Amino acid sequence: MSDLVKNILRLILFLTVQVFVLNKIPFLHQFIVPYLYFLFILWLPFSISSFGLLVIGFLTGLLLDYFTWTPGLHTAACLLVAYARPFVISLLIPKDNEEFNYREPSPRALGWAPYTVYAFVLTLFHHTYLTLLQWLQFGSFLQFLIKIAATTAISMLLIFTTELLFPRKVKYRTNTA
Amino acid sequence: MLFSYNQFHRAAFLGVASEFTGKVNTQVDKLDDYFHQSEENKRVHRMNDSLLNLLKANFSYPDTAQKIVTDSLKLDTIITVRRYVWRDAKVVYNTVNAEQNYLQINRGSNYGIKDDMAVLSSDGAVVGVVVNVSPNFSEVMSLLHVQSSVSAAHQKTGNLGKVEWDGKDPRTVLLKGISRSVEVKVGDSVVTSRYSYNFPPNYLIGTVAQITNDPATGFYLLKVKTATNFTGIQQVFVVENLQREEQLQLSKDTEKKMEKQKNKQR
Repeated sequence: MSDLVKNILRLILFLTVQVFVLNKIPFLHQFIVPYLYFLFILWLPFSISSFGLLVIGFLTGLLLDYFTWTPGLHTAACLLVAYARPFVISLLIPKDNEEFNYREPSPRALGWAPYTVYAFVLTLFHHTYLTLLQWLQFGSFLQFLIKIAATTAISMLLIFTTELLFPRKVKYRTNTA
Repeated sequence: MLFSYNQFHRAAFLGVASEFTGKVNTQVDKLDDYFHQSEENKRVHRMNDSLLNLLKANFSYPDTAQKIVTDSLKLDTIITVRRYVWRDAKVVYNTVNAEQNYLQINRGSNYGIKDDMAVLSSDGAVVGVVVNVSPNFSEVMSLLHVQSSVSAAHQKTGNLGKVEWDGKDPRTVLLKGISRSVEVKVGDSVVTSRYSYNFPPNYLIGTVAQITNDPATGFYLLKVKTATNFTGIQQVFVVENLQREEQLQLSKDTEKKMEKQKNKQR
């Protein structure tokens, strides 16, 4: 399967899970709002240019906004994640490493510790920006901080669960691709 | 935010969006229906039961001098003025986890749905208000929306207040503006008020679950358990107040007129 087809299917799957499963889970607590769909952006191949990332991030966020009826909140947060991704990756990947030839970020490609940092930083960016935009309309400052912490923790839990349940095959960059 | 405050942008954004998401949501909802069918059946049966109990045949009158009068608003002896029109609709998407929750229903402007119409659940409990329509779908601002504010009344005493939501627990909403001199007990019904422009009067919003005093004002802060179960909502009614425009126009005109008279006196 080509990267394009695979990622389109992934996008549909992530959005379906977010809109029809995670958004609809029975109410547990006001701070428990699970988000997972932005993992799609984290899983995109290394080869995509930073402008391409922004376009994909915009579309991902916009589609979710259409479903959740939020006026551009997710679009904004996804754009931030897509923008920050190359910088975080360049910090975590050893430079001048000839042997590094993985196609997309995964725990096996980066190693568990750097991957955790990668996922955590981008998750934190996403949730902070999303919660900030919501908080501007409603809520107290303490609520804002607790909500960032709680949603980030839950998202990290979901990301690890996803990584452990669906380990992706390690794909190497080849000359033919 | 741009879309929340700018009417044109909001309409443009939502028109395209809801036609697309509506179609997807309808398909997923077909599957979802199977899991809530029996609960929905019970609600409909309960509603039928309450309607059957209102039939004239259930009542006998001790003497022939008594006359049955239908109590509805009359213009004169011939024409009955219809105030509310009920339309059926199906909820295709709904959330309770956000701070601003919306429902999407499968009826739109093609079916006569307009902004500001009231939405009641299949057993007549308050759900929310229509905020936007596209040709085939509409979006409903649920009671569980931090900007929602519904005119309400304490049924026993008829005291008026406002039902709002604090974004915390989707099982309870807050009733504000009931004076502390009113005797309120846990379990009292809270209903839609007679003065609401959107909602037909005396439909259940919920029951009082907890009574606290608002220290800043002389009012109660009542926690109200919603009569609608927002997580399992399926069929709804969209209620149109046919006199809404007239009422609003009248109050606007009155204000203008009074303003003029004030100037006259000077």
